[in-house]
Amino acid sequence: MAQLDEATTVNVQPKDQKKINQLWRIAGILAIVTAIEFALAYILPRGPLLYFTFVALTLVKAFYIVAEFMHLKGEVKTLIWSIAIPTIFVIWLVIALLAEGSSVFELKF
Amino acid sequence: MSTTTTSVEETTTGSVWNGGMAPLKASYGKLMMWFFLLSDAFTFSSLLISYGMIRYAWPAYQGEVEDFVFSQEYWPIPEKVFDAVPLLHGVSLPLVFVGIMTFILILSSVTMVLAVEAGHRMDKKDVTKWMLWTLVGGVAFLGCQAWEWSHFIHGTDEGGMMPDGSIFYGANLTQNQYGPPLFADLFFFITGFHGFHVFSGVMLNFLIFYQATVGVFERRGHYEMVEKVGLYWHFVDLVWVFVFTFFYLI
Repeated sequence: MAQLDEATTVNVQPKDQKKINQLWRIAGILAIVTAIEFALAYILPRGPLLYFTFVALTLVKAFYIVAEFMHLKGEVKTLIWSIAIPTIFVIWLVIALLAEGSSVFELKF
Repeated sequence: MSTTTTSVEETTTGSVWNGGMAPLKASYGKLMMWFFLLSDAFTFSSLLISYGMIRYAWPAYQGEVEDFVFSQEYWPIPEKVFDAVPLLHGVSLPLVFVGIMTFILILSSVTMVLAVEAGHRMDKKDVTKWMLWTLVGGVAFLGCQAWEWSHFIHGTDEGGMMPDGSIFYGANLTQNQYGPPLFADLFFFITGFHGFHVFSGVMLNFLIFYQATVGVFERRGHYEMVEKVGLYWHFVDLVWVFVFTFFYLI
């Protein structure tokens, strides 16, 4: 057992402060974007412009989380596209179901 | 690292189907986690898009936001529903508590990615430290959600008028003081499904924290498990970003 312990001594590599600072910087961006969304909810009147801004800022946050925190940016191209392309179905579902909702509304009211 | 790569190549030469390969330069576990998360993204998309469809099928509130009152006739403005903060009874602070919850989840996402980074350096002390902070964040978020659910279920002091003229306080799956019952149903389903993901994430994080502490990964020679659970935890944060926008903001 003692031999095993000696054999598996790990050498801890030093901190890469630049990398760590970068992670905190991205967290800062996410926090600031959230704060902007929060402020806009109070400032702008409710309407298409506000909703469009919210969706755009949400996609910005989603990009930073997936690309930086989940390190998708560092994966090979094929993996990036295998994850990104299927989300086209989600866009289709948005269009299809919102149209469906509108026609249900027309029928009911 | 280079030595392990060559040994893998040597053993699998001519027998691609026997395993041991890392397609897309990602390990089997990581690759499967990515595709699981993709399927999970579809599930959450369906829930949120159903919310959009049902909301479109109901009349929207017409008039000034200041004069808004709860009614069974139209869809409520979410920020008017979620305007309560613990210990500040009766004060209207739209979105403040949800904003706090969002910050908690973002912070626990950073501590998770710092744990992953420490894992790359084989730094056991830092991995345990950051995993512990991630756990604190996850538990704090679940606590906040429990409070929010409790407040939503018990309702406001005034309550709301039901179609039969009675006053009902709070919401359940069939009656809802804030608006159409479907609004409450979707609230329970969407935030509940997300909350369950957070709960399982906390369980997995605890497992990783425990294994890192007792030195399982150190003996194994790598901390990839931290990375895989980290992917799941970031995904939970990602979903909340969308829930925050489409359920609470819009």
